[in-house]
Amino acid sequence: MTKARLTSIGLGVAAAALALLAAFVITSLVLLAAGDPVGDVWGQLLAWPEMRNWANIINNASVLYLSALAVAVGFRMNLFNIGVDGQYRVAAFTAAVVAGEAWLPGYLNTALAIVCAMAVGAIWAGIAGLLRAARGVSEVISTIMLNFIATGLVAYLLRQVSVREEGSNEIGTREIPEGSRIGGIPFGDYEIYGFIVIAAIAGFAFWFVLNRTRFGFDLRATGRSTTAAVASGIDVRRMTVAALMISGAIAGLVGLPILFGDSYTYGSTFQSGLGFAGIAIALLGRNNPIGIAFGAVLFAYLDEQSNPLQILVGVSPDIVAITQGVIVLTVVISYELVRRYGVRLEQREVARVLASSRTDKPKEVSA
Amino acid sequence: MPTAAPPSAANAEVAVRLRGIGKRFPGVIANDDINIDVHRGTIHAIVGENGAGKSTLMKILYGVQPPDSGTIEINGEQVNLHSPADAIKAGVGMVFQHFMLADNLTVLENVVLGAERLHGIGAKARAEVMRISDAYGLGIQPDRLVEELGVGARQRVEILKVLYRGARIVILDEPTAVLVPQEVDELFGNLRGLKAEGLSVIFISHKLDEVLSVADEITVIRRGTTVQTVEPEGVTARQLAELMVGSELPSPSTEASTVTDQVLLRVRDLALPSDYASEGGRPLLDSVSFEIHRGEVLGIAGVEGNGQAELVESIMGMRPAATGLIELAGDDLSSRSTRQRREDGIGYIPEDRQRHGLLLDAPLWENRILGHQSRPPSVSHGLVDRRAARDDTQRIIREYDVRTPGPDVLARALSGGNQQKLIVGREMSGEPSLLIASHPTRGVDVGAQAAIWKHIKDARRNGLAVLLISADLDELIGLSDRIEVILRGRFVGSFDPAGVTPERLGSAMTGAGETA
Repeated sequence: MTKARLTSIGLGVAAAALALLAAFVITSLVLLAAGDPVGDVWGQLLAWPEMRNWANIINNASVLYLSALAVAVGFRMNLFNIGVDGQYRVAAFTAAVVAGEAWLPGYLNTALAIVCAMAVGAIWAGIAGLLRAARGVSEVISTIMLNFIATGLVAYLLRQVSVREEGSNEIGTREIPEGSRIGGIPFGDYEIYGFIVIAAIAGFAFWFVLNRTRFGFDLRATGRSTTAAVASGIDVRRMTVAALMISGAIAGLVGLPILFGDSYTYGSTFQSGLGFAGIAIALLGRNNPIGIAFGAVLFAYLDEQSNPLQILVGVSPDIVAITQGVIVLTVVISYELVRRYGVRLEQREVARVLASSRTDKPKEVSA
Repeated sequence: MPTAAPPSAANAEVAVRLRGIGKRFPGVIANDDINIDVHRGTIHAIVGENGAGKSTLMKILYGVQPPDSGTIEINGEQVNLHSPADAIKAGVGMVFQHFMLADNLTVLENVVLGAERLHGIGAKARAEVMRISDAYGLGIQPDRLVEELGVGARQRVEILKVLYRGARIVILDEPTAVLVPQEVDELFGNLRGLKAEGLSVIFISHKLDEVLSVADEITVIRRGTTVQTVEPEGVTARQLAELMVGSELPSPSTEASTVTDQVLLRVRDLALPSDYASEGGRPLLDSVSFEIHRGEVLGIAGVEGNGQAELVESIMGMRPAATGLIELAGDDLSSRSTRQRREDGIGYIPEDRQRHGLLLDAPLWENRILGHQSRPPSVSHGLVDRRAARDDTQRIIREYDVRTPGPDVLARALSGGNQQKLIVGREMSGEPSLLIASHPTRGVDVGAQAAIWKHIKDARRNGLAVLLISADLDELIGLSDRIEVILRGRFVGSFDPAGVTPERLGSAMTGAGETA
């Protein structure tokens, strides 16, 4: 059945290409309508990045990758975890406090902080899971509300534990001691986050658990048909809580590459909004760990390449946000079109094979 | 080759003439070169197996789908029907198998709804409704709420709706599927009334005895094309069936009894409160008690919606509110989850295969795992063994004659009958001790039906206990060792299938024999 597999991979790539092409065209139309230099913008965006830019792209991509992975776990079960944003902020703050206090030496401290971050992320998402399982509250509503609560909570707690850096108005958690930081990996003359290794492990674990374990089968079965899952003996409520907690645990990792590889402290300027990009990337990558990796690099690439637009071409870098937003829409449309085409293709194939192998028997008609 | 209409009906005018109708769906030919003449003032039956293309043909005639080829003539004029509105304008009306009535409106309101322009909504409309009801003997009570009506009365409302809109050609899609035998007789009386007034009735069915008793002409469809048009006087049910299938007809009859003295399933005082119990809702199940022995098939007869689905789901552990004792081979199941009950040896063929039995967008081998996630061969130590799952799916495909190119095809791409065969094969895997089969052959072609019956019978010989729920009374009588009738959530009568007729079962199902 390698042929069928190739067909399905081919269709997947075609769908993504179609979506990107459509997004390219729509962005160009926006630029045209605004009277901006279309050619110059694309010239800048599509120019081959320098090594320094590549290091930034990879770093940013590893963060986005974790965020998209977290969203994808929910998607696989038809749960829409919009709350990755809040989950990673609560978790990163916790990790920063734990690592900053340095109760344990060296990398033990790092490991403890990572575990705490995942646990807090899981609990934060688990609240939404419990509400959904016990009271039927839509996780879309509860996770987005939990985002606001997370913002307020972290801001409040930050003031409680913060230390003010000298000569700065910024407040932040105690700096992580040098022995507990995660060193960079050399990349040409530059360095990329060492945390990228953990991101890659998370991607592999995601694939393995979902595709090779019974738990993953139960999760995907529930996502495809709740009614069939119940009849097959799956405890759907438990799966709902479990899936959201896993999603939250991965979300807990999102801020950590920055924390352990760059900022070493959680302050009021810690990067936000990473959770929402994750939703778009998970969609673009079809909830598949490899696809998500491509999506994360693409989004990071667009972000990085758009930085000098203002200076070089005189166009706001926000045009890239439009492109990214449009991608989400075109991806949803083109994947659905390709999915329907694939089903038709398969039905035709089934009919063809059956017609040629059993011409003597009556053909079934699914009218 | 389709034959022309027989001479006796030929002197009546042709109301509907279909010539060369063809319709293709992706991958399948639903209709191919259909030729039918329906004469005015006759009841014309169209028979064929499930999936032979009857429904598609009727959707074409009612304007729901356009044909890919062929012509439709109504009263001698060629018409193009692009929508049901066109069909109604041409005088064609359709009564669907699933009624389309608003429960909370009165009969009169339901009839007038959507046709307000014809006679308004007031006294004129009421007069017209009563005139039609009297003319055709429909016995309509215009001010009753539809929710108070029984199935037969609702069907008469549907027929009246069609007549009110001026139909002279009435299509009925499997109208008897939802009726008990007594109601069927009433319906046939009504249809003869329509015929006497010069209307044409197109009657779709696969129940041959009914067709023979009511139709003036019978057209047999097989594999999407018209095989032959015959008059009921000239044929027997058996000959018709052979025309439909193109070969010998199987029968569900069981052989010698294999019932043992070992009780496998014991149910005592099973009860399930209504979801609206606080508002005085009637319990969905009320002190249901029965036993099934090893090697025994217990059939449950009942009009749909009298607690069959709730009974099955309670035994499967899908209804947490159920109370009472359920024992499997002496073990109390009450604290066990659905999965544990499956592991204990219960196989489950659900009523709605697409909703409860399959992951439509997953390949067949993943569907093989569904419900068996905790058992070999597909899963061991919490890990999915893809190769073993594929191999075992191949086995099911072979043994149960599932027509598919292979185990990697999506379940959605298979026809309904093949989906059902896959489910039956899956649920028979792992040697269950109890099989709960809800409508195991519904929507399945005759060949597959025979295969499923054979598998159930073979397993029964090896000691399988079966709880069989079916709307097909012949299947129930043929397969069961004992039949219980369920009515409003209670068992109201026990029958020996050797000495019971569908009519007697029908009386019990509607409560006519309740006083006894």
